[in-house]
Amino acid sequence: MRRRDLLLGTLSLLILWQLLSWLLRTEVLPGPWTTAQAFVAALPKGLWRHFLVSGYRVIAGIALAMLLAVPAGLILGQSPALNRFFSPIVYITYPIPKIVFLPVILLLFGIGNVSKIFIIFLILFFQILVVVRDQAAAIRPEMIYSVRSLGAGRRALFRFVFLPATVPAALTALRVSIGTAVAVLFFAESFATTSGLGYYIIVDSWGRLAYPDMYAGVVAMSLLGLLLYFVVDGLERYLAPWMFLRDA
Amino acid sequence: MTATDTARPMVEVRDLLFYYGEGRDGLPETPAVFSGFSWHAIAGEAWAIIGPSGCGKSTLLYLIAGLRKPRGGEILVDGHPVPRPRASTGLVLQDYGLLPWATIWENVALPMRLGRFYKGKGANGDPVRPYPRPDIPAEQVDYWLDRLGIADQRAKYPAQLSGGQRQRAAIARSLLQQPNLLLMDEPFSSLDAVTREDLQLLTAELRAETGVTTLVVTHTIEEAAFLGRRILVLNSPPNKQPRVVDNPGAGDRGYRGQPAFWEKVAELRGLLAGVSEAVVAPS
Repeated sequence: MRRRDLLLGTLSLLILWQLLSWLLRTEVLPGPWTTAQAFVAALPKGLWRHFLVSGYRVIAGIALAMLLAVPAGLILGQSPALNRFFSPIVYITYPIPKIVFLPVILLLFGIGNVSKIFIIFLILFFQILVVVRDQAAAIRPEMIYSVRSLGAGRRALFRFVFLPATVPAALTALRVSIGTAVAVLFFAESFATTSGLGYYIIVDSWGRLAYPDMYAGVVAMSLLGLLLYFVVDGLERYLAPWMFLRDA
Repeated sequence: MTATDTARPMVEVRDLLFYYGEGRDGLPETPAVFSGFSWHAIAGEAWAIIGPSGCGKSTLLYLIAGLRKPRGGEILVDGHPVPRPRASTGLVLQDYGLLPWATIWENVALPMRLGRFYKGKGANGDPVRPYPRPDIPAEQVDYWLDRLGIADQRAKYPAQLSGGQRQRAAIARSLLQQPNLLLMDEPFSSLDAVTREDLQLLTAELRAETGVTTLVVTHTIEEAAFLGRRILVLNSPPNKQPRVVDNPGAGDRGYRGQPAFWEKVAELRGLLAGVSEAVVAPS
């Protein structure tokens, strides 16, 4: 997407927000300007710290999911025998909303960082695993034959074929599921905790009926999601430029 | 390197048995593709392998490449069995052999990178699976890109090239490691007529330049007659006896315009139709 289009889109959304706020005339929906002032004022007074805490949790969850799901997906995608065994398990667990396990996870891992990181990991793990597995399984046999015929063994195939073929797909899966990860984080942080943007929005601001502060938190959470999205998008373009070719 | 200074066989197929699939009792599910099949190719020869779909011509190529294992008998390449692919056999497939995420230069340079990847192992000199040479210089990549006429495409990705240019890159890649055996499986089947004839001529030239033993699998009679100095004709399985047609004029630029070419085409057509079994010259 071009920078100009992005700017135009942001501007349209801000105008819409302002119009809505004028229309409703309620303190529940302050305008963008009020919110911006509250955001700047709140940053040094704790919002910044909550932002960092939430950022750490979601990035740690993502990193853990990538680190475990990519190799697992590669192995399943390469080995039909293993995949035959695990495929029904993945099939059954994939559609289960992992968030329902949050109470259990809180009991097991406590109310600190670990439980939040784990629930994000749990949700992303299956998304990435399935995409990487299918991508690895879909590699054309001709390509594998060709590279094997050049003298490549298992290790070289992994390095020169399977890894470059699947990492971009994993990033795409990640980009798609970042929204889910941040939403889950918000939910997990909205109770039984004392830090994070979810806590700031729900417990701290909403509880005090401090609407501009609450919106400052909403903006911070949106920025977190947006920032992660941009980073993954950029990584995708950097690591897989061939996926963004214009027509030859 | 000259074509044939010795009559050393490069490929030897002895009493080959091969079938696909295996039932619960260990017996073949489908009839054998090859049964008691013996055949050989002398180093430096240019072979075409022709036959109808399902005759086993690609199977034979994959067996020689070490990508399939014989169920019985043995296949020797350069005097050794091939339980796994060997780097000094080049393989060019119809399409999809290039890595879509790598530029043309990177694709052609892949044997060089693999050689460096296996640097330590190459020194062991495992005769069964010679690893790619660890010492291919990058200039060789440029040389072959240039020789195949795709030097100006080096920074592009395979998807940005025409089918003919992609096959040129695939050929350049297989020649980079200086193979002594080059296997091609329907390499030009998906190309238009003009491009196909260009690449057939180029293949003949490169074979003459490098002296590499070539086996080209094709279903096109004219391609077999142009590229194969010797032509192996396969028919419906099981293949038991090789039927070989000598075709000394193959590979010459003007051959396609000569009556001898068309006579050979007619002979092959007859053989494939199963009409004139009498003209079969035993190997």
